[in-house]
Amino acid sequence: MSVLVFAEGSEGQIKNSSLEAVSYAALLAEKLNGKAVATVIGSYTNEALSAIGKAGVTKVLHVADEKLAKPMAMPYASVLAEIAQRENAEVVLLPRSSLCDSIAGRLAKKLDASIATGVTELPDISSGFRVKKSIYTGKAYAWIELTSKVKILTLAKNAVAPMQKDSAISVEQLQISVPDGDMAARITQTEKATGDILLTEARIVVSGGRGLKGPENWHLVTELAKALGAATGCSKPVSDMNWRPHHEHVGQTGVKVSPDLYIAIGISGAIQHLAGVNTSKYIVVINNDADAPFFKAADYGIVGDAFQVVPKLIEAAKKLK
Amino acid sequence: MKILVCISCVPDTTSKISFTDNNTKFNSSGIQYIIGPYDEYALSRAIELKEAHGGTVTVIHVGLADNEPIIRKALAIGADDAIRINAHPHDAWFVANEIAAVAASENYDLILTGRESIDFNGGLVHSMLGELLNLPSLSPVMKLDINGKMALVAREIEGGKEYIEIALPFVAGCQEPIAEWKIPNMRGIMSAKTKPLKVVEPSVHKINTQTLSYELPPAKGACKFIDPSTPEQLIELLKTEAKVL
Ligand SMILES: Cc1cc2nc3c(=O)[nH]c(=O)nc-3n(C[C@H](O)[C@H](O)[C@H](O)COP(=O)(O)OP(=O)(O)OC[C@H]3O[C@@H](n4cnc5c(N)ncnc54)[C@H](O)[C@@H]3O)c2cc1C
Ligand SMILES: Nc1ncnc2c1ncn2[C@@H]1O[C@H](COP(=O)(O)O)[C@@H](O)[C@H]1O
Repeated sequence: MSVLVFAEGSEGQIKNSSLEAVSYAALLAEKLNGKAVATVIGSYTNEALSAIGKAGVTKVLHVADEKLAKPMAMPYASVLAEIAQRENAEVVLLPRSSLCDSIAGRLAKKLDASIATGVTELPDISSGFRVKKSIYTGKAYAWIELTSKVKILTLAKNAVAPMQKDSAISVEQLQISVPDGDMAARITQTEKATGDILLTEARIVVSGGRGLKGPENWHLVTELAKALGAATGCSKPVSDMNWRPHHEHVGQTGVKVSPDLYIAIGISGAIQHLAGVNTSKYIVVINNDADAPFFKAADYGIVGDAFQVVPKLIEAAKKLK
Repeated sequence: MKILVCISCVPDTTSKISFTDNNTKFNSSGIQYIIGPYDEYALSRAIELKEAHGGTVTVIHVGLADNEPIIRKALAIGADDAIRINAHPHDAWFVANEIAAVAASENYDLILTGRESIDFNGGLVHSMLGELLNLPSLSPVMKLDINGKMALVAREIEGGKEYIEIALPFVAGCQEPIAEWKIPNMRGIMSAKTKPLKVVEPSVHKINTQTLSYELPPAKGACKFIDPSTPEQLIELLKTEAKVL
């Protein structure tokens, strides 16, 4: 019996959310007296793959097919299904991402598996197989029992902390052919900001709202983010007005983030915005209106004018290094 | 063009969530139900495509009769007809199997869902439907144009987007800004009352999860306020107290 984890990468490196999933796989395999196996698809150096060993799994299956270099849900689902069967996997783990959501549903059918997405901690296996998952966009949790023999879980951020081990990996190269039908979607162009810290992966997020008055003031957000090593986000009206790109918009209808630290500047804290950030460990709110609802969800607050406060914060943050 | 749009019925985004019966039941008192926001984007785009290319838009919903007002709203927004599968939407697997059973013989050119429902946030129905119907599936789709038998799609990825060319038919999980939400007008609301709403019984009955209980997140402690004239204190606290820097 094994626990199979799919480690997703970005720009040739294994994503942090995947390393959490790898550590989750190692811990779960131990609980279930099984073996943890990681799969990567696409081209990775052995150095990039060594991060998987550090996170706790030593057996790595590498499918380095040129056709699969770009992440695509359909062929990836076929590859993972074949590997899951070959490895006799009873649990398949994926980080939560737009790619993995699209893989997971197809995989559930292929493996005749029960599935839970957005799982927040290790399962309770004292009776049956029960997982805790986030529901109502972070406003609550549900305990769900998965009743099929094979289970698929996608993991919320911080479901476990990534381990820091020193184990060497053994990499096995695999060739797996995918049906032509899986290649029906032809990617013609990819637009991706390179070098930026991905919002969903970031430990710290600095986010700006309509209180910043216009895109010309966004240096306040980006400079603070840079000084803190953070990703940048925004509220929905900000992306609706094209001050910032859509993929930065955080909330109910946007990206859900779960960083250690979320700093909100000039954002009122509407319930739909909070839905995307309420699983952050610490929330800092900077707003000139003491009655802004965001303060109710905040751990630290500054009631003040962002244009006065943030430059001083940037100075202080720069001195951290 | 024949389009099917799957709509979920979910608590309004401003709802305060709570549970009863020892945290085993959702407390629906005072809750206003709406069409899932992502599903409404899907529906709005379906209607725009119909207006541009001709055809029909059918909405489908798995749910009990109490949810008919949201189906009527979808008809008022501009769908031509509706199907309600008369069952409690137990989980994504159940919903996808029932919808697939109805859709299998209908040869839709396009099946649209939301990227996820905002109650259980599964994000699964689109890809399950794709696999069950042996169709490609794409999500989250933020732009969808049709050119003959081909579609041009933009999909959001972390940190950007990718553009995709794909032949019809396929399944797409939609999100904004694929279309502007449409507000039903008086004529729409009147005609919705007489548009066909077919009720069918579930036929597949696949269930492989059970929801046992619910929990609310722990209450937040009080917010610690820092004097706006000395914001550097915040950085200090984040470093020494919260230990996140
Ligand atoms: C179905 C639905 C889904 C939605 N989904 C989302 C979502 O995913 N994400 C999202 O963000 N919103 C979403 N919204 C919109 C949400 O309801 C709010 O309208 C939005 O979050 C407000 O954005 P804001 O806080 O930037 O702007 P505002 O509400 O205008 O707030 C601006 C804030 O800036 C403060 N301010 C002004 N000047 C200064 C200054 N000089 N210094 C400091 N502070 C200042 C003000 O006091 C105010 O609190 C959704 C709404 C609906 C109906
Ligand atoms: N009960 C339902 N009836 C019809 N469609 C649904 C239902 N539940 C979910 N869907 C569709 O599937 C999408 C994804 O749902 P989910 O996988 O549950 O997050 C939603 O956005 C809807 O378009």
